Amino acid sequence: MPLRRLLPHPWRSLGVLVLWLLLNNSLHPGHIVLGAAIGCVLPLVTARFWPSTAAIRRPWRVVAFTAMVIFDVIVANLRVARAVLGPVSRLRPGFARVPLDLTTDVGITVLAQTITLTPGTLSADLSPDRRTLIVHYLDEPDAESVVAAIKSRYERPLKEIFG
Amino acid sequence: MRVKEFLLSFLIVAGAAFCFLGSLGLARLPDTFTRLHGPSKATTLGIGCMALASLVWFTVTRREPSVHELLVIVFVALTTPISAHMVARAALHRRLPVWRGEAPPQ
Repeated sequence: MPLRRLLPHPWRSLGVLVLWLLLNNSLHPGHIVLGAAIGCVLPLVTARFWPSTAAIRRPWRVVAFTAMVIFDVIVANLRVARAVLGPVSRLRPGFARVPLDLTTDVGITVLAQTITLTPGTLSADLSPDRRTLIVHYLDEPDAESVVAAIKSRYERPLKEIFG
Repeated sequence: MRVKEFLLSFLIVAGAAFCFLGSLGLARLPDTFTRLHGPSKATTLGIGCMALASLVWFTVTRREPSVHELLVIVFVALTTPISAHMVARAALHRRLPVWRGEAPPQ
């Protein structure tokens, strides 16, 4: 199949095309042709730099997860605002160790990013064996509740998406 | 178009306010780890609000559809947690002092 040989990574090619059109802020036919050409060549040239590919098992879950994260980012900002404007001496920061059930690189990366963007927590380090994420929290009564919240709210849906 | 002006003003003021709060957190909070919380969350939402305002203004007022602001939002949301993670990790490895609570795990 020649089409398969020309486009071994159709989703990456489509992503490059969309990125190109967004960057140029245009739907001019010239840009579509140029973007499609770059979309064909770039995935071929960079194929060996991609460490691993993630299979998304349930695409509709990605939409629900993204919406939840956007909502949580807004909540996170209101909480940081309260912490910053309130008396600093009342904060109870600390570190929590989150044991990971996710095993794929992409899954762990997305979880760490989400933790940093969402209320009160910041991913600080990943253990060398990739099974524990060290998380810093700004104002929580104890580490156990942080771990439980992260696992139930973010890790479980990611586990369903990435497996 | 009152609605549009209200929406734009709200987005710009909210974006500026969140960016300011993030910077204030960087200045006020006591140690490296707590300081990272302000900029990592607030700049994402602050810049997101301002980019949305730009998108709405160019698309509605100037009648030139403008969507590349979405890329700004996506890239800021992708890169901010990475830099915060790198700073926190460097701080852990250099064993920087912790303001309160137990010492960070090694």
